[in-house]
Amino acid sequence: MAVETQMPSQDELPPETRHAPPTPIPVRRPEEIATVGATEPSGQIEVRDARIRYGDFLAVKDVRLTIRPRAVTAIIGPSGCGKSTFLRSLNRMHELIPGATVEGSIKLDGIDIYGPTVDPVQLRRVVGMVFQRPNPFPTMSIYDNVAAGLRLTGRVRRAELDEIVERSLHRAALWDEVKDKLKANGTSLSGGQQQRLCIARALAVGPEVILMDEPASALDPIATLRIEELIAELRESYTIVIVTHNMQQASRVSDDTAFFTMGEDRAGYLVEAGETVKIFTNPTERLTEDYISGRFG
Amino acid sequence: MTAANPALQGLPPLAERLGRASLPRSRDLRDRGMRALALAAAALCLVPLAAVLIFVTLNGASALNLDLLTKPPKALGIGGGAVTAILGTLQLVPLAALIAMPVGILGAVYVGEFGDLRSARTIRFAADVMSGVPSILIGIFVFTFLVLPFRQFNAFAGSVALAVIMIPVILRTTEETLRLVPGTLREASLALGVPMWRTVLSVVLRTGLTGILTGAMLAVARAMGETAPLLFTALGSRLVNVGNLAQPMDSLPLFIYRNATQASVELNHQAWGAAFLLLIVVLVINVLVRFRTWGSQVG
Repeated sequence: MAVETQMPSQDELPPETRHAPPTPIPVRRPEEIATVGATEPSGQIEVRDARIRYGDFLAVKDVRLTIRPRAVTAIIGPSGCGKSTFLRSLNRMHELIPGATVEGSIKLDGIDIYGPTVDPVQLRRVVGMVFQRPNPFPTMSIYDNVAAGLRLTGRVRRAELDEIVERSLHRAALWDEVKDKLKANGTSLSGGQQQRLCIARALAVGPEVILMDEPASALDPIATLRIEELIAELRESYTIVIVTHNMQQASRVSDDTAFFTMGEDRAGYLVEAGETVKIFTNPTERLTEDYISGRFG
Repeated sequence: MTAANPALQGLPPLAERLGRASLPRSRDLRDRGMRALALAAAALCLVPLAAVLIFVTLNGASALNLDLLTKPPKALGIGGGAVTAILGTLQLVPLAALIAMPVGILGAVYVGEFGDLRSARTIRFAADVMSGVPSILIGIFVFTFLVLPFRQFNAFAGSVALAVIMIPVILRTTEETLRLVPGTLREASLALGVPMWRTVLSVVLRTGLTGILTGAMLAVARAMGETAPLLFTALGSRLVNVGNLAQPMDSLPLFIYRNATQASVELNHQAWGAAFLLLIVVLVINVLVRFRTWGSQVG
C-alpha cells in the first residue's frame, strides 16, 4: 500500500484551517549552520562547569559545553554516564527527584536557567522534551493530546487552537496519517505514530529547544527512520539535543556530538564534544576513539 | 560399556531410583487427602455468601412488593412499608459520599503526589487503622460532638458517621489507583510546562478516574449497609423525613434491625423484604463496579 504523502490542497481544507504547507527543508552544510547561529541566536545553550548532584551523590561533574542553536547535538556514552541526567538538567526536569541540585551555570540565550528569576514551569515551555517511551495521555484524543500543553497552561481560543494543533501535527509529519481521526484516542496509534504525536505535543507549546531522551529506542527500524527524518526537518527551526545509545543514529542525525563517560568515582563527565564528523572520524581523546570503535561501552 | 561413574557408586540402578516402587505407599493417599481438604476449605469460604443470598432471597423476595417500596410504616401497630427507610438511605448515603469523597480523594492526592515518604506512610497507616475501628465506636464518636451538644439525634450526624466509615476506603483505593498511573504521564505533562497542580488534576486524576469512582462506589455500598454508626446519630424514624437534616432519619439497615426484633410475623417479613432490597442494591453496585473496571488499564 502506498503511503500518502501528498499535502491536502488548499481548496480541500475548510477556510479556518488553511495554511501554507511546510516549506521543503534545504540541506545545510555545517558552515552555513554556524552563520545561522550567529545571526539568529535563538536557542543556544551554554553549560559552564555544571555539576549535578542527587543528594550527596555526584552524578555529573564539570561539564563545559556549548550547544549550537538550530542544530542537532547528540549526547552519547555508556550506560550510567549521566547522559539523561545532563539532558534533564537542561529543562530542570531532574529536579522532580528530591535532593537534585545543579552547580555552575546553564544559560539559554544568555539567561541562567537556574537563576532566581526563572520559573522551572515556564522554562519547560521553552525547552520541551520527548521521552524514550511514547507517552501520549491515554484519556485524550489525538487532537487533545496535541492541545494539552496549551489547554492546561492557559486559555486559548478554539480557532487558534485548531490552527496550532494542525501546524504541530504537520511539523511532526503526522498530519496526513491522523487528519481524518483527530478524535480517535492517542493510544490507538502505532508506537512510531505515538512518538511523533508526542513530538507534535511538545511543538505545540512553542519551544525553542527540544530535548530527546533516546526517542527511538523503543521503536522498530522503520519508525526509527521516520523519527530521524523528522529530526532532520525540525533542525531547521529548533535546537535539538538528543541522547542516544545508538552511535549510527548519532552519526546520522547530529551536527555535533558530545561524548560522556563515567569516571572512577562513578560521576559522569564530558570527555569531548565537537562536530559529529570530527568526533566520529578523528577524535582527540583516546577514550572517545575506544568507545566509537566499540572497544567499550 | 562405559566405565562406572565413581560419584554414583553404591546407588541402585537408575530404573529403580526413578520407579514408583521406591516411594512410600501412603504418598498417593496423603496427596489426595490434602487436596480434598484444601478444596473443602475453599468451598467453605463460599458457604456464607451462598447462604446469605439464598436465605435472604427465599424469605425476602415474597415480601418485596409495592407497599414496601411506597408506603410509610403505620403509625400504630402493624402494616405499611419501608419508604421512610428507603428515602432515608437515599439521603444519608449520598450526603455522606459528598462529605467523604473530597476528603478521601484530596487526602490520597496528598499522600500519593505531594507528601514525603514519612507523612505518606503515617497517613496510610492511620487510614488502615481507621477502617478497622468498630463502626459502633464511630457512631459514639460522632454522637459526642454532633448529637450531644444539640440534644437531638439528627440525620446530619448520621451522614457524618457514614462519611467517617467511607473516608479510609476512598483514600486507600484512590491512592492505590494513583500509584497505577504511570510516572511517564506526569513527566510528559510537566515537560510541557504544565504546573504540578494542573498535572495532578487533569492528567493523574483524570487517568485514574475509573479506579477512583470504583473506590467511591465500593465505599457507598459499604455505607449503605452500615447500621451501628446510625444508632447513635440518625437514630431511625417512623416518619418520612425529606430534607430535614436536623431531625432523626430512617435508613434501610435501621429498618431491618427494628422490624426484625419485633414480636410480629408481618414486621419480621417486612425486615426480610428490606434486607432483600438492600442486598440487591449493594450487589448491583458491586457487580457493576467490577464489570466496569475489568476492562480498563488503570484501577
